[in-house]
Amino acid sequence: MRHACLAILLSLWAAAAPAQEIEAHRYYPGTGERVLRVLSTTDLEVFEPYLLAFQAARPEISIDYSVASSAELHRAIRDGAVYDLALSSAMDLQFQLANDGLARRYRSDATAALPDWARWRDLIFAFTAEPAVVVLSTERLEGLPLPRTRQDLISLLRDHPDRFRGAIGTYDVRDSGLGYLYATQEDRATDAYWRLTEVMGRLDPQLYCCSGQMIDDVSAGRLALAYNVLGSYATDRLARESGGRLQILRMQDFGNVMLRTAIIPATAEEVEAAGALIDMLTRLGLRDEPGDWPLPPLGQPDAGTTTGFGPIRLGPALMVYLDPLNRRAFLTEWENAMEQRQP
Amino acid sequence: MTGTGSIGRRLTLLLAGVAALLSVLSWGMVTMLARQAAERTQDNVLAASVTAIAETLRSEQGEVRLELPYSAFSMLGAIGEDRVFYTVTAGDRTLTGYADLPVPDGRGGPGRIVFATGTYRGEAIRIASVTRVVLAGTSPVPVTVTVAQTRDGVGTIAADLSQLAAILAVAFFVVAVGLSAIAARTSLRPLKELTAAVSRRGPSDLRPLRRAAPSELAPLMGALNRLMDRLNLSLRRSEDFIAEAAHRVRTPLATVRTQAEIALRSVTDDADKQRLRQMIRAVDESSRSAGQLLDHATVAFRADDLPRAPVDLADLAARTVAALEPTAAMKEIRLQLDAVPAQVSGDPVLLDSALRNVLDNAIKYSPEDTVVHLQVMSIAHEARIAVTDQGPGLGEGPARALTERFRRGSNTEGIVGSGLGLTIAEEVLRAHGGRLDLGAGERGKGTCVTLVLPSS
Ligand SMILES: Nc1ncnc2c1ncn2[C@@H]1O[C@H](COP(=O)(O)OP(=O)(O)OP(=O)(O)O)[C@@H](O)[C@H]1O
Ligand SMILES: [Mg+2]
Repeated sequence: MRHACLAILLSLWAAAAPAQEIEAHRYYPGTGERVLRVLSTTDLEVFEPYLLAFQAARPEISIDYSVASSAELHRAIRDGAVYDLALSSAMDLQFQLANDGLARRYRSDATAALPDWARWRDLIFAFTAEPAVVVLSTERLEGLPLPRTRQDLISLLRDHPDRFRGAIGTYDVRDSGLGYLYATQEDRATDAYWRLTEVMGRLDPQLYCCSGQMIDDVSAGRLALAYNVLGSYATDRLARESGGRLQILRMQDFGNVMLRTAIIPATAEEVEAAGALIDMLTRLGLRDEPGDWPLPPLGQPDAGTTTGFGPIRLGPALMVYLDPLNRRAFLTEWENAMEQRQP
Repeated sequence: MTGTGSIGRRLTLLLAGVAALLSVLSWGMVTMLARQAAERTQDNVLAASVTAIAETLRSEQGEVRLELPYSAFSMLGAIGEDRVFYTVTAGDRTLTGYADLPVPDGRGGPGRIVFATGTYRGEAIRIASVTRVVLAGTSPVPVTVTVAQTRDGVGTIAADLSQLAAILAVAFFVVAVGLSAIAARTSLRPLKELTAAVSRRGPSDLRPLRRAAPSELAPLMGALNRLMDRLNLSLRRSEDFIAEAAHRVRTPLATVRTQAEIALRSVTDDADKQRLRQMIRAVDESSRSAGQLLDHATVAFRADDLPRAPVDLADLAARTVAALEPTAAMKEIRLQLDAVPAQVSGDPVLLDSALRNVLDNAIKYSPEDTVVHLQVMSIAHEARIAVTDQGPGLGEGPARALTERFRRGSNTEGIVGSGLGLTIAEEVLRAHGGRLDLGAGERGKGTCVTLVLPSS
């Protein structure tokens, strides 16, 4: 029992030491003395079912779950913070950690079952494939045609500037790792992206750090439209709120599909427990039925069919936009497009 | 014959050894080449990557600018799941990337790509580097773009190919061993055919071999033919010699005997008569011995190379009886022949010699005025001639011993003989695959000697 207290104290100290901005934190006590420290970008309410399922299978393991932004998470692991597992939606940052030798190798039957595109070097493992979507407020778009492509969306915004002024939400790509990933991948894939960004920039867009808040504001009617929202959160919310106030759209011309990934940081101490959680997550990622889980599996039926685009590839190309020079150039261009104030 | 192993097996083993060596060599070479090819591929990809990055180098407002093209990194994923590191330096200043990444020395001229191998963060890496001079403001600045990649992908590709090559090498080896066995057997076939041709030949067939043979076997065949030639010649010479010797020994003995008999008739003194009789007896013994010795030599010589012809034992017995009838008549012995046809295959000269010796014994050792009975039978696969007399029998001791050379029985007092008769008969029968049975006559009286031959 003394040991358990000590472990908790140590873990609290370890989590607090590098002075990270932890957004939320919860401790799930287990029957034993081992503590699995998880640093994640996934909101607690979304991820809790997974943690409870894990504890049902391994009741002896306590879980210390902290939520941080993807950039924070990346910085913490880079600075050597002690965590046993890092789960992030920013594939590029996760990839860079693995590439730079900050992740630990792990191999099991469950990870071996993953398709090639869902793992890299036994260092990084994908367990969900989540599309980027547009969330619309039904009420505020009443009477308008639903856009199907970015071109449609550009026309819609151009034709009804008064309806959308100040009512468009999107990620602040300077703050949000996921937003930056979505934006850079779109930059690469479709030239409509910059035109859309410019049109949005003229309509006084609201910039957000996180999908959750964007969905909140659309749901509350403060926003008419949120662009590039995490599809899984949106579906989750839609399922919980039955008011028909929200609508989820996937662009038909191109759609990003992000992989939520796990790495075991090099600093990990509870490697076995972290591996067990990865096994559970990857098994769930390969499930056939969507089931009751908040996050979609890797091979969700509409991931490929409607847009014809596979998930973002795990590979060295992800590091291109993380290069400081490239990032600076991209952000400058983005700011120019986004922050043009029209009189 | 002492064997020194089989040529076929040795040839197969030798060829298999060569195949094993070639398999291992080819496996090693494929493995090496695969590794080289994979390494070259990696070099090409790295070269393309640094070139793509270097092409974006430019100067804007006195500053060196560049952007990393997406393709420059995505192509690095082509080889395998390798870690990627890069750095761009302008002069001594790091513009971007991993500042501590080793940059190859010995920079080639501008635009030349330099490769190096090193370690970074505990992993072996392959580094490609290119330098371009960019005019930043007024002064030209050498800007070096370096991209490095771990070598696991290369290792995996090489290992996969090596494994494939190993499987192929083993398969090649197995096939080669099979083919070697076939090749060995095929190349040894002429030898086997020659062997078969020689062993198929009849015993007295000493004609030279006339057949097409590969050049390697021609000397062997030549030597064999010369050997047979010489053998043929020396056989003919020793036959002649035996006949010659018999003639040379017997003729003077006959002369001596004739003279001694003439002298016997003309002398009157009893002592002289006795001496002359002893002389005649000694001459008879010598003549008999010479004859039997020559017969024995003939048997020994012909048995090696038995000329076989169909022989009816009934005919043979009849002829022998006819030939010895006068001798028997002198002792008032009646020769009685019961014969059925009994075919055997053999040398009539030798068979005649065997039967003559047996019948000669029966007449010689029987008292006067008795019967010698010859019976020719054919039972199952055997043909027999049984010669039964009413004489004194073979006496005590093992009968078998009487077939030894120069062995005579105890009942031979005053009877001329050399002790070779049964030896000759026994050897003749053995040469024909038969045997000589010695036993007592009917009701334990007299002697019964049976010549047993396989019937044809
Ligand atoms: N029919 C027979 N009756 C009795 N004794 C015999 C008879 N046949 C052979 N023997 C005995 O076996 C011995 C060996 O016989 P074998 O014919 O070999 O010699 P051999 O008759 O003495 O001399 P030869 O060479 O002149 O025939 C004889 O000396 C004799 O003692
Ligand atoms: Mg005799």
